[in-house]
Amino acid sequence: MHVHFLDPYRPRTSPIHALDARIKFVLTAAFILTVSLTPVAAWSVYILLFALILSVEILSGLGIGYVLKRALLALPFVLAALPVIFTLKGTALFTISLGSWTLTASLEGLERFVSVVLKSWLSVQAAIVMASSTPFPELLQAMRAVGIPRLLVGMFGLMWRYLFVLVDEALRLMRARAARSGQSAGAGKRLALSGAEGSGGSVAWRARVAGGMAGNLFLRAFERSDRIYVAMLSRGYDGEVRTLPLVPLTSRGWLTLAAGLFLLLLLLLFGILFWG
Amino acid sequence: MLYSPVPMHIPDGFLSTLVAVVLWVVSAIAVAYALRRVGKDLGERQVPLMGVLAAAIFAGQMLNFSVTGGTSGHLVGAALATILLGPWAAVIVLTSVVSIQALIFQDGGLLALGANLFNMALVGVTVSYFVYTSLQKLARGRSWGIFAGGFAAAWLSVVVASLACALELAISGTSPANISVPAMGGIHMLIGIGEGLITVGALAFLYAARRDLFRVGEATPKGGAAVWTFGLGIAILLAVLSPLASAHPDGLEWVAEQKGFLDIARGPLYEIIPDYTFPGISNTALATIVAGILGTLLVFGVALAVAFIRRKRPTT
Repeated sequence: MHVHFLDPYRPRTSPIHALDARIKFVLTAAFILTVSLTPVAAWSVYILLFALILSVEILSGLGIGYVLKRALLALPFVLAALPVIFTLKGTALFTISLGSWTLTASLEGLERFVSVVLKSWLSVQAAIVMASSTPFPELLQAMRAVGIPRLLVGMFGLMWRYLFVLVDEALRLMRARAARSGQSAGAGKRLALSGAEGSGGSVAWRARVAGGMAGNLFLRAFERSDRIYVAMLSRGYDGEVRTLPLVPLTSRGWLTLAAGLFLLLLLLLFGILFWG
Repeated sequence: MLYSPVPMHIPDGFLSTLVAVVLWVVSAIAVAYALRRVGKDLGERQVPLMGVLAAAIFAGQMLNFSVTGGTSGHLVGAALATILLGPWAAVIVLTSVVSIQALIFQDGGLLALGANLFNMALVGVTVSYFVYTSLQKLARGRSWGIFAGGFAAAWLSVVVASLACALELAISGTSPANISVPAMGGIHMLIGIGEGLITVGALAFLYAARRDLFRVGEATPKGGAAVWTFGLGIAILLAVLSPLASAHPDGLEWVAEQKGFLDIARGPLYEIIPDYTFPGISNTALATIVAGILGTLLVFGVALAVAFIRRKRPTT
C-alpha cells in the first residue's frame, strides 16, 4: 500500500489535534455556516474570521503554508464567479473593451466577487484543518454523534478502508497500460500502422482501453466485496453495524464547544447588524 | 491531480445559504429513502457491497485517457453505477463518494455538500436511469441498447448535472444564469463525451466478462414508479427554475442594454426555441414556467408510453 499520500491526516501533538472530534466537527460546520451567512462586503468580519482560522492553524502546528497551499485547491472554481463583476448593476468602476464588446465592472459586482472568493477560501481552510488534524475513525465517530445514519457511517468506514486498496489497484492498472504503451496517441498510431489494431490509436480506442480498465476495476471490487462479506459473516456479522458507545464529552469539551459557538455567533451578529 | 476530474464540485461560499440548506434537506431525504430501499433489497450485504463499490468508483475516477494537447477524459461513474447496480444503490454509492471527497479532500464544500449530492448523486443517477431504461426498452433486449443507452446516459447525466450546478450558482447570485448555464453546459457537453466513451468501454468489458451483471440494473421493477416520480419532480424543478433564474434582471443584459444589442446577447439554452411561451398568460416568466412544465410532462408521458408498450410485449 503506497498511496498513503491520499490520507490528509498529519499527526502532531497540538491542542487542536487533542480536541474531541465531535467538537471539531460541529465547530467546523458552524464556522462554515457563519462564513456563509456573513453579508457581502462585511470586510471587518472577514478579517476577524480569517484571524480566527489563522490562530487555529498556528495552534494546530500543521504549518500555515501547508494549509494555505491546500486551500488553493478550490481556486479554479473562482472562474465561475468572475462574470458577476461585470454583470451586476451598480456604480461603474472601469471599462474593458474587447473588440466590439464593452465590459463595465461595477463596484457591487466586484464586492460580490471578492466576498465569494474570500468566503470560499475561509471555508476551505476550516475543512482542511479538520481533515488534517483528525484521524478518519474519529471523524466517523463524530458523524455518528451528530446523527448521520449508522449504516451510512458504516459504508463510509468500509469505503475508507478499501479506498487505498482500490486506488492501488487503479494505479497498477495504469502502470500496466503504460507498459503496454496503450496510453499515448503516438503508441496507438504505431499499433495501427503495424496492423495490430485496425482502428487503434484514435481517441475512441484510448477511451475504450480506459473503459476496459474501469470495468475491470469495478469487477474486481464487486468480487472483492463478496469475499469481504463472507469474511464478515464468518466473524459473526449480522447486518448490524456495531460500534463502541460514544464517551460523553468532558465539561472542558462542552466549555470549548459553547465558547466557540458563542464567538461565531458574536461575529455573525456583528456582521449582520453593521452590514446586513 | 486526483481531485475533481470534472469541475462540478461546488466549493463553500459559492452558494447562498438558503440554496445550500434547501438542497441539503432535499438530498438528506432522498438519501435516507434510498438507504431504506437498498437495505430492503440487499439486506446485510448492503454495507460491504456499497462501501467497496464506492471505493471502486473513487479509484475509477483516477483512470483517464489523453484526448489531445494535455487534456484528458475522465470517469465520473454515475451512469456506470446506475446501470450496474440500479438507481437506489447508485445513489448510495455516489453519496459515499461525494461525501468523502468533500470531507477528506475538500473537493466540494461541506455546506455545499447538499447541493453537490443533489447534482451528482440524485440528478446524475435519475437522468442515467431514465435514459438508460428508455433506450433499453427501445432496443428490446438487443445488445446495442446497453451501449447506446450507456453512452447517452453517461453523456446526459454529466450535462444535466452541470446545468443543475449552473442554475444553483445563478439562483445564489454568484454567476449570472445567461453566462453560467451555456458555459457550464457547453464545457460538460465535451466532458460528457469522454465520460460516455469510458462508460461504453467499461460496459463492453463487463458485457464480455460478466453478462449476468446486467440483470442487476434491470431487476428494479418495484422502485420504478418512485424513480419516475422523482425524475419528473427534478425535471419540473429545473423547468421552473431556469426561467426564474434568467428573468433575474442582472446578467449580460445590462451590458447588452448599454451597447444596444439586447436581442443578440440574449441566448440561454432554453430560448433557442422562439415563442416558447404559453398563450393567455401575460407574465412571461410564468408563461415560460407553464410551458416548461407542460413540455416536461409531455416528454415523460411519451417516455412512459414507450416503456409501457415495451413492457407489455414480452408478457403477451
